[in-house]
Order: sequence, then C-alpha cells, then structure tokens
Amino acid sequence: MNRNAAFQVILFFVYLLAQVLLCKRLVLFNTSFCFIYIAFILLLPNETNNLLLMVIAFFLGFMVDIFYDSLGLHAFSLVMVAYLRNYWLSAITPQGGYDANVSPGLAMNGLQWFLVYTLPLVFVHHAVLFFVEAGGFRLFWFTMLKIIGSLLFTTSVMLMLQYLGSPRRL
Amino acid sequence: MDRLLNFLFHYRAFFTFLFLELFCAWLVVQNNQYQSTQFFNTSNRLAANIISFSQGVREYLSLQDINTSLAEENARLRTALEQKNQSLQAIGAQPLDSAVINRFSYISAKVINNSTLLFKNYITVNKGRLDGIAPGMAAISSSGAIGKVKSVSDHYAVLISLLNTDEQLSSAIKRTGHFGTVQWEGTNPRLVDLHYIPRHVDPRVGDTIVTSGYNAVFPENILVGKIASVNLSEEAPFYSIKVELSQDFAKLAFVQIIRSNLKSEKDSLEFNTIGEIK
Repeated sequence: MNRNAAFQVILFFVYLLAQVLLCKRLVLFNTSFCFIYIAFILLLPNETNNLLLMVIAFFLGFMVDIFYDSLGLHAFSLVMVAYLRNYWLSAITPQGGYDANVSPGLAMNGLQWFLVYTLPLVFVHHAVLFFVEAGGFRLFWFTMLKIIGSLLFTTSVMLMLQYLGSPRRL
Repeated sequence: MDRLLNFLFHYRAFFTFLFLELFCAWLVVQNNQYQSTQFFNTSNRLAANIISFSQGVREYLSLQDINTSLAEENARLRTALEQKNQSLQAIGAQPLDSAVINRFSYISAKVINNSTLLFKNYITVNKGRLDGIAPGMAAISSSGAIGKVKSVSDHYAVLISLLNTDEQLSSAIKRTGHFGTVQWEGTNPRLVDLHYIPRHVDPRVGDTIVTSGYNAVFPENILVGKIASVNLSEEAPFYSIKVELSQDFAKLAFVQIIRSNLKSEKDSLEFNTIGEIK
C-alpha cells in the first residue's frame, strides 16, 4: 500500500507537468483543449476515500491553475469531478462488483464501460470549467463547441494512454 | 448537539465538497479583480522558472523569425528617429522640458507564457519588480497595444492581455477623433469590438484605431488595429464595430512595458479636483 501511495505521488507530478508543459500547448482547431490531468483523479484506485479524493483534486487543480493564471477555476471543476466520481462509480457497478484497490481503467471492465464511466465526468468538468471561465452563458454555443471538442480530445488522449499503459488488452 | 455532530459527520463528504467549492469560487472572484497582488500565478518563481525553461527549449525553433522581426523593428525605429531629428532641425525647435520628454520610459521584456484561446488570457514576461515594473503599467509591442500589468513578482510579471473578456481599453478612431472602448468578445483572437461609437459618427472599414490617452496608463496614439467591419442596426444607439488587431497575439515574442513617470502627478491632480475615479 505504501509503495502504491508513493507511486501515486509520482504520478501526480507526472500528470501535472504533462498538463502544463505539453497539453497546454495542444489546441486543435482553436477550440479543443486537452485536460489530461483529469485522468489522474478518474484512475485513482476504486476504494479511495471521497474526502481524500477531493483534497487531492483540489491540490492538483490548484497547481494547474497557477500555470494557467486562472486561480480557483481548474480546482473548482476538478473538485466537482472528484465529488461525483465515487457516486458515479457505484451507480454503474458491473455485475459481480469491482475488485478491491484496482484502478477503474480500461483494463478493468473494457472499453464500453470505460466510456460510460469517463464521458459524463469529463463532460461535467469541461462544462463547469468553460462556463465559469466565460462568466455566464453569453457565448453559449461557442462555449458548447469548446466543451464538446475538448471532451473528444481529452477522452481520445486518455484512451490512447490507457492502451499504451496496458498492452495486454490489445 | 450529538445529533448535529452526527449529521455533520454523516454528510462529511458533502460538506467538504461545499467548503472546497466555496473556497475555489472565492479564489476565482479574487483572481478576476484587476491588479490583485498575487503569489499563486505564473509570476511565482518556481512556476515561472519551469515555464521559461520550456519556452527556452521551444524558442530555438523560432529564433530565425524573432531575429528577423527584431531587426526589422530596429531599422524602422532608426528611420523614424532620423526623420524626427531632421524635421526638428528644419523647424529649429527648442528642446522641451525634460519632464515632458521623459514622460514615458520603456522596459523591454521577453514573453515566456502566452495564451490566446481561452476567454481570459494572460501573458507572462521575464521582467519584474526589480526592473521597475508595477501593477497597472501598460504593455505594447512593436506593432500595437498588448495590455496592462496585473501582478508582479521580483523577476516576472503577469500581464492581462487585450484578449481577455474583462479588459477594456479607451481608444479612438484616428481619422475622426471619436472615443470608444475596445473590448474582446471572446471568440476570434484576431478581432476585438469597439463599443460606444455614437450614430452620428461615420466610421469606415480600414480606419485606424489608436489608444486615446484618456487614461494615464497608455500614451496616446498607440496603434490598436484597423476597422474590419461596421454595423449599425435600426434602433441601436451605438455602432457595432469589429477591429482587427495589428498585433497577432499568437506570435508575440517581445513586449515593452511603459512606465508613465508623471502618472502619480496626473492622478493626484485629478484626485484633488474631481475625487477618486471609480
């Protein structure tokens, strides 16, 4: 367990640096952003405590905010995701339940389940992020375009990383 | 009391959630205030070091372009200076009061972080408080107005870019001299809106927009852009005008921060006569 925790701490910084150095520069069609750091929260082991999850999410979001000059914005959206995550996980429990302490990734329940798990949560994150940033619904359709574009982009990158991370599923 | 504690404990996840979200919301509101003094942004030393390292690596790829544009700017400035000198000599002008000549001083800084695609874009530059930069100063590039300084650390500063839906800039149509406010609407990073030009004015496509000098921050006649389209609906009191920015913000490499040496004098005079502005 201790070893696992140390591994997660390292992963925390890997996601953070990947986000602020690499993914920050990746913008497709001027509207689609890649917020890969959500994957860290989504892929933490099954039985992670809700409180711990939110605190981690707050710190991760806060650090991303420092680099985006948008204090509070990413933290706000990510805490939202962290809060919803466990409820959503228990709502979509597959037959036979989850194995203990396994990351709810692609390798656990397959592609279809993984998409059902990630798409709504990523959508919530992006929706909150972009609408709060826009300061309201003035540019509703443009913001919606950004949300959908980023949703597709982020999810694709997340899937790619999942396939790369667990080659035995291929 | 017991039941209250039980209640709180039972819903502890929800209350933690509420607490964290309220805290974040408070941070967002704080951050939206213009000229906040801040530690947690890209002017923070660790963050800025990481960013400027990453920018340094990337810059090797665009060195050629940057060099060319700097050399061009040098040549243009030298020509302009020479022309000024010649015309001054020709009319035998007396040197002005040095306080007036040195009203603005320029601090050149390199852009290490820049975004154009969010709704609230900021620019980080590699000069800070120790170089004489303070919140509220104006930033321009060789081809136009850029924004204002939002917060500074010792060695870095964060500018609030013109491409930020909160930023407003007092501007004028150069040909007619009418004043308006330039503000970004949030979608296209090449176009900004010019508000509050009344019906009786006759703005035309291609007219130059410059800063108006009605604030002590920007010197007047700094280029902003030129009018790309003009619309006047039947009942609107003002035109809706789109202005194409003269500076492509996606290609920004260097900015000059303008220090207005007489700002405190102007502000205190205005304060004494008409009271505090906003």
